[in-house]
Amino acid sequence: MKKVSGRSWLLVLVMTVSVVCVTPSYQPLYQALPGWAKAVLPNKGITLGLDLQGGIHMVMEVDEDRAVEIAVDRSVNSLQDLLVDKKIPAESVKRTGPQHITVQFQNADLKGQIQKLIDDFPTFVETDSSGSANSLVWELRETETKRIKDSAINQALETIRNRIDQFGVAEPVVQRQGLKQIVVQLPGVKEPKRAKDLIKETALLEFKMLDEDSQIKLELPASIPKDKEAEVVKQFEGKVPEGDQILFERAFEKDTGREYRIPYLVKKRVMLTGDVLSDARVSIGQFNDPYVSITFDSKGGQEFERITGDNVKKRMAVVLDNTIYSAPVIQERITGGRAQITGTFSTQEANDLAIVLRAGALPAPLKIVQDLTVGPSLGQDSIEKGVKATLFAGAMVVIFMIVYYRLSGVIADFALVLNLVCLMGALSALTATLTLPGIAGIVLTIGMGVDSNVLIFERIREELRSGKAVRPAIDGGYDKALLTIIDSHVTTLITGVALFLFGTGPIKGFAVTLCLGIAINLFTALVGTKVIFDLLYHRQKVETLSI
Amino acid sequence: MLEILGKTNVDFMGKRNIAFIFSGIMVLIGLVAVVQIARGAANLGIDFAGGTAVQLKFDQAIRIDEARKALESNGVGDAELQEFGQDNKLLVRVKASTTIEKKTAERVVAIFTKEFSNNKFVVDSTTEIGPTIGKKLQEDAIIAIVISFAGIILYIAARFELRFGVAAALATFHDVLAVIGAFYILDKEITLLIVTALLTLAGYSLTDTVVVFDRIRENLKLRRRDTEEAMINGAVNQVLSRTIVTSLTVVLVLIPLTLAGGEVLHDFSLALLWGVIFGTYSSVFVASPLLLLWPGARGRLLKRS
Repeated sequence: MKKVSGRSWLLVLVMTVSVVCVTPSYQPLYQALPGWAKAVLPNKGITLGLDLQGGIHMVMEVDEDRAVEIAVDRSVNSLQDLLVDKKIPAESVKRTGPQHITVQFQNADLKGQIQKLIDDFPTFVETDSSGSANSLVWELRETETKRIKDSAINQALETIRNRIDQFGVAEPVVQRQGLKQIVVQLPGVKEPKRAKDLIKETALLEFKMLDEDSQIKLELPASIPKDKEAEVVKQFEGKVPEGDQILFERAFEKDTGREYRIPYLVKKRVMLTGDVLSDARVSIGQFNDPYVSITFDSKGGQEFERITGDNVKKRMAVVLDNTIYSAPVIQERITGGRAQITGTFSTQEANDLAIVLRAGALPAPLKIVQDLTVGPSLGQDSIEKGVKATLFAGAMVVIFMIVYYRLSGVIADFALVLNLVCLMGALSALTATLTLPGIAGIVLTIGMGVDSNVLIFERIREELRSGKAVRPAIDGGYDKALLTIIDSHVTTLITGVALFLFGTGPIKGFAVTLCLGIAINLFTALVGTKVIFDLLYHRQKVETLSI
Repeated sequence: MLEILGKTNVDFMGKRNIAFIFSGIMVLIGLVAVVQIARGAANLGIDFAGGTAVQLKFDQAIRIDEARKALESNGVGDAELQEFGQDNKLLVRVKASTTIEKKTAERVVAIFTKEFSNNKFVVDSTTEIGPTIGKKLQEDAIIAIVISFAGIILYIAARFELRFGVAAALATFHDVLAVIGAFYILDKEITLLIVTALLTLAGYSLTDTVVVFDRIRENLKLRRRDTEEAMINGAVNQVLSRTIVTSLTVVLVLIPLTLAGGEVLHDFSLALLWGVIFGTYSSVFVASPLLLLWPGARGRLLKRS
């Protein structure tokens, strides 16, 4: 009897711990707990997966090669500035290939002078250019290329995290997966499209000057429909002067609100980028039109002052991801380190623009390789149906066990409930995420739990048939079923562990509940029900067993 | 006591030739299905093949041929449509070749907004998967399957002997192949969730086989004089009521899940349901007779124990 009471206390203890662990999953109950209990327990319980509560799961890759190109482009810009500063009349400075800069010059005497400038660009080496007297080629060092690629993904991660924080989503997940992928999970997002746009946008803000001297400018159409940009670019191919490009401003018709584009001839040279911003806020203009006011950091402010001072009465384009938002004429030197981005925005667009500007640009465009979006309605549907079907299935099993095994069936049903409570407690303590496949895993575990009891009961029946008394029959049944139960559970556990280690997403969720369930099953089947049998039939003289 | 079966004494081993023929056909169909899947000719879900799936829930019933026409006239011709009748739900799938950058999901939604302006809908879910991810998932799934099978064979070989491990693994392969074959014939989509179901039923079918094997091992210690065939037959008969009661309870769970669990769970539960039926059959008619086929095994069954 001593042994029995020891095990019954264990049973009570396990149940109590499980129930306590479940409480964080049911917030009203959790809030009612005393302070010290809350301090011990995790503050959240089981969370529902995206398939159950709706949300976004996206996997993205950073375009690393583009990140390298962008870095080289920047060096091209600084080299141009440096050449102007030192008054070296080079003909052209261009990025050639993904990681080369080619400088061309008329006067062969300049070569030595330009070669010396590489001291200011330690990340480049000069490639052998003895063959040409009028040009030289620099190449980005291999180590630097690797560093840019490596840091591109970390930067992207950081930037996306910032943006999502500012967008405001409860419990977002933003993490790196493997070498070059980023996983973003936004549970319960109400406006999936807006959230996705916010994440995807490269948000590279650039200030560029319009080319107002070229005659080509006059040939450009005044406006074109949206989506016809490529045709215009093609039409002017070859005509656009060296160092210029055609960019388009997005505009809306006043009456119909239809979107169209205005082509501009813009100098490729970047005067200033969004790097030097310290803040971006939405403001409302005098006609109730929202705009974004930006504040430069001190270095950016000085730079902006110099650029505007040098270009009074000229037009400057505010370019975001190669689309012009506005192209105002600079009226006077702008001091104070502030500027405005105007354009035709809705308040929401202006809001999102401010967010991406504050969070900074992505080092390179993102490629989305996987995108799962579940609307909140499907989640609701799935829960309702899944829960209903599971409850119904559970009821069928409970009834069947009682009909077939009588009182012993009731004990098996108790084990089933114990199983569920323990499983929920364990999932809750691990703050696991419950997905639909996870629920399927629970259903399977219940099936296996029932199977353990069937194995034991059939064995007990055999013992009884062979003429044994009640107590020895129970003990014999448990003993003989033990090995079988362990073998069958271990084999399933092997599958579960393999799924957990190598499975992804939904499969992992399934594996977690399966593995936990199997462990708990072993306990309830071998300790849980046995204690009850022992308590009920501990007297040697019991003559009949309800089985 | 209520019993479905009393003490039985069916000669299962004697019927092994019929069982082998039946199972041979099932396995053959399964193998054809696997080859077709590997060739990309089967109905592979977009999570493996890459592509786009959009599920819409309409206010009123929508006719599938009208939906197809609307998609075709707007340049989305290669879509597969599936409806979930009672909820006015429509699933549109556009496979492979299209990449995510083309924004297929947005296009599909735009087309339905335009063409069915008087039948409002909400977007239940969209799934877009690039071909590279599909490849990765495929590889992951195969690794998981291989590892779990290797682990299981090793475990059973250690607990019993090699022949039992191999027989159990073959019987399990048989069950998995039978379900894959059935899915292939019915042209059902093989998704990640179905692979999960296949692995689950592998675990289940193994449990069933292990229970029978355990009894065979136990009997070996008691009845040394019986022939192998009689011994195996006896073991199968002894655990028969357990086999049937357990399968029955699992089927009791799976039927409501299949019928009313919602579209996400339907195929998953269906695969498990078939798996349970095949698994029960195979532990009786396939796994145990396979033990007799092992070369040179006659009379040497489990000498060690």
